[in-house]
Amino acid sequence: MRKDHSIMRESYFPQEETRDLQSRIYWLFGLIVLALCGLLLRAWYLQVVKGKFYYELSENNRIRVVETPPPRGLIYDRNGALLVNNVPSFNLYVVLGDMPDQTAALSRLADLIAMPQEEIVRRVTFKKEDPFFPIKIKDDLTMKEVAMIEGHGLDLPGVKIEAEFKRNAIHGNLAAHLLGYVGEITQAQLESGSYQDLKRGGIIGQYGIEQTFDAVIRGIPGQKRIEVDALGHEIRVLEVNEPQRGNDVFLTLDLNVQKVAEEALGGRNGAIVAMDPKNGEVLAMVSHPAFNPNLLSQGASSEAWEAILKDEGRPLTNRVIQGQYPPGSTFKIVMGAALLETKEASPASRVECRGFLHFGNRNFRDWKRGGHGTVDLHKAMVESCDVYFYEMGNRLGVDNIAKFSHLFGLGRPTGIELASEKGGLIPSTEWKRQARKEPWYPGETLSVSIGQGYVSTTPLQLAMMTNVVANKGVSHPPQLLKKIRNQETGSIEEIPTAEGKRIPISPETFRVLHASLAGVVSDPQGTANGSKSQFVSIGGKTGTAQVIGMKGGAHGKLPDKFNDHAWFVAFAPVENPKISVVVLVENGGHGGSTAAPISKKLIEAYLGIAPPLEPITVKSPAPPPSAVPSEG
Amino acid sequence: MIDRRSIAGYDWLLFVVVILILGIGVVSIYSVTSASEARSPLYMKQIYWIILGWVVFLVMAWIDYHEIARFAYPIYAVTLLLLVLVLFIGRTALGAQRWLSFGFFNMQPSELAKISLLLVSAKYFSDYFPKKGLNLRQLLVPGGLVLLPVLLILKQPDLGTSLAISSVFFSMVLVIGLRSKFLIYFSLMSLMMFPFLWQFFWNRLRGYQRERLLTFVDPTNDPTGTGYHIIQSKIAIGSGGLFGKGLFGGTQSQLKFLPESHTDFIFSVFSEEWGFVGIFVFFMLFFFLLLWGVEIAYKAKDVLGSLLAVGIIGLISFYFLVNVGMTLGVMPVVGVPLPLVSYGGTSMVTTMGLLGLLFNVKLRRFMLFY
Repeated sequence: MRKDHSIMRESYFPQEETRDLQSRIYWLFGLIVLALCGLLLRAWYLQVVKGKFYYELSENNRIRVVETPPPRGLIYDRNGALLVNNVPSFNLYVVLGDMPDQTAALSRLADLIAMPQEEIVRRVTFKKEDPFFPIKIKDDLTMKEVAMIEGHGLDLPGVKIEAEFKRNAIHGNLAAHLLGYVGEITQAQLESGSYQDLKRGGIIGQYGIEQTFDAVIRGIPGQKRIEVDALGHEIRVLEVNEPQRGNDVFLTLDLNVQKVAEEALGGRNGAIVAMDPKNGEVLAMVSHPAFNPNLLSQGASSEAWEAILKDEGRPLTNRVIQGQYPPGSTFKIVMGAALLETKEASPASRVECRGFLHFGNRNFRDWKRGGHGTVDLHKAMVESCDVYFYEMGNRLGVDNIAKFSHLFGLGRPTGIELASEKGGLIPSTEWKRQARKEPWYPGETLSVSIGQGYVSTTPLQLAMMTNVVANKGVSHPPQLLKKIRNQETGSIEEIPTAEGKRIPISPETFRVLHASLAGVVSDPQGTANGSKSQFVSIGGKTGTAQVIGMKGGAHGKLPDKFNDHAWFVAFAPVENPKISVVVLVENGGHGGSTAAPISKKLIEAYLGIAPPLEPITVKSPAPPPSAVPSEG
Repeated sequence: MIDRRSIAGYDWLLFVVVILILGIGVVSIYSVTSASEARSPLYMKQIYWIILGWVVFLVMAWIDYHEIARFAYPIYAVTLLLLVLVLFIGRTALGAQRWLSFGFFNMQPSELAKISLLLVSAKYFSDYFPKKGLNLRQLLVPGGLVLLPVLLILKQPDLGTSLAISSVFFSMVLVIGLRSKFLIYFSLMSLMMFPFLWQFFWNRLRGYQRERLLTFVDPTNDPTGTGYHIIQSKIAIGSGGLFGKGLFGGTQSQLKFLPESHTDFIFSVFSEEWGFVGIFVFFMLFFFLLLWGVEIAYKAKDVLGSLLAVGIIGLISFYFLVNVGMTLGVMPVVGVPLPLVSYGGTSMVTTMGLLGLLFNVKLRRFMLFY
């Protein structure tokens, strides 16, 4: 080989050709060094200039903060009977960010749990912003479903089951409107700023007590910082802040009274509220039809919601605070007080009742065709004479009536701590001029005098009126909360009774009212005599609120929904009232026959008197049904 | 055989550098695989590969490179034959047909192609050395010698290796130089041909290869697919900061956010744990290795030795630059290992062999005076 031979003769100095190469080798070297410097600069940029940015990215990559929802505080009645607690539940979540093939995974999931795929997709697409936010798909999985999903765990990346607590109203529909329900915080609520420590997916009270006292009951969520790998699998827990359970609350509610009230109302639509007039504590609150709070708390399906919202009975309306009805003859209590206070009439003033009053161009009828004869205040109350109050209302004038109505708490929200309380309406000349742009006609005063016409009140307002009478002029705002048990210290905070407000009405007036209201029940002629108790003196007033303007005597010939609403307001014992009750039975007809017996049961239940069992009451047999007086 | 002047020529420093680089690889592999549940001691396997690598190093340093170069053409021919064979009877893995199975052992002819092309190019250019630089005619034969294996390897497909082989050729061409007239002519031609060539090559790329190139332009385009590698690698390196997260502290790589962390993305693991300071030290080690190679090329006794050294520097630099550039997000993901560091026997043995050849050239610098 020529080359080999030349090498043999080579000197120490390199070949001529290699010298040609030498200069360009530096070019190559220079190029490589330039590239190295470029990469080093790039590394500097990534690690030093943008180091913090990438560090945060890497932390977010591996650390996820998982909220641990706190168990909500328990809800008890005034005597410590449990009303609402938490029960364990297995809930299903999906994390879209950990789900490589969403369509396939969701369809497999739909097969495993009894839920249409469209429903799952709807829930998933409902909130999609953060791919690593766990979206709840289903509550309360059955053990079979849990086993199925756990068994297919490997095929279902991004699907996880969390053991959590669900809210459980022990007595189902009982006091549903008062207790309320919980639900996931809405976007609007998040943006409102009133729930600043809450994040998406948080559970808050959405109705009733759960909503009003949410801040007390809710507790403080815990946080778990977990390290995850690239597939979202939990590697280890880095830090745990245990959630803090919410405080327990004791309501003023009396479970026993509530039960009796619910049972007594039965399947009929209506409202019942019982209060302690001495301090404004709410002892019972019934609104029927109701709903099952558990169904709503645990995320009802869209169909279930639809059904509730479309229900003609409006189960989501709390009739006690939102139902606005004409008070009917129960309004005569306010009328009586106004008469005595304005001295338009004395207890001895008499009116001749012949069954109607001719006023203007028309006859204003009494509910009793033949009339009541000569009537004074006492008889007018006991027998609920309309003509007497037409006459007296005319003397008083509508603005006087409005003034006293307001003193008794009618026509304005009572301030009870529940959302969406309605105000009702007490008409006045001022009101009519502003609202209707019309003058007040004297004939309209006559309708108002018997609690009809423009007058509308909520059952709770009538309870406030009854309290004022029972208390002889002292009114306490309604109260729902009796005490709070601090979850951390175990200490109990009693909620003080709000100071009563004395209204400017003389004790003498109340003495007269008490006597006549006691007569409504105790007098043989009284409209609620059928509900007289053997054990306790009850003062009360019946009322019948016309649903449609009807000439008397049409009852029973029209469908039920045109029947009058039956009212009864009561307090007992008359001498030292401990409870006041308002009962409204929608389309119930006569207050005396439908509403008053319910009140009696409640009163006896609350005062601890065993309700007389039917067979034992042989001594004084109840009058036959036909003998029960009715009123109009 | 080893001369005292070699020792005097601070070659011991080179050995320290190589061993440090190898050590970085083993430690990084240990770190990233220690967290995995499989607990297969990959770092031990890597140590075995390193031992085998040193054996190959000694063999390649031992036999006079002139003797090796004598067999350049036969080796080249065998390589081509194997490359053709692999297309027909090669074992398919990961969608590419790269391996030939010899029963107890699988070989990758494309690895052999690197060495044979290095030898054949150096041999050709030293036999027909163009003193005034290359012109087009002189480029035809060596160009053809390169293009044949490159096309065969592209067919497998293995973009990384075909580019690596080209880099051997181009580094030699760069050092030999092109005639200025030809340089201008060639540049103009290339510019005019570019759209057609682009079209030609683009059409021949596989779907995933195109995707990788597109993703390189905009990684956020496909964050869970091809771009995922680049994004996660940048997060891993960037989050290392100036001083790193410490050994075994690389959360990105330990928690498997980073795919292929012990092979192609081992540099990201190292950078996350050791930070910019670590990168700097690592670069200095490589810089020293290259400096040593450049000195050998510069002082080589003949053109053959010089060109061999140049080709080896070119090849190792190519791997280093492309791999590191890829992890830093400035190069497309073409799947090449980081020489001496990435886990894997083929790369280790080949690189150690190349370093042995380099040392061979250095050894024979003074040989003939005795």
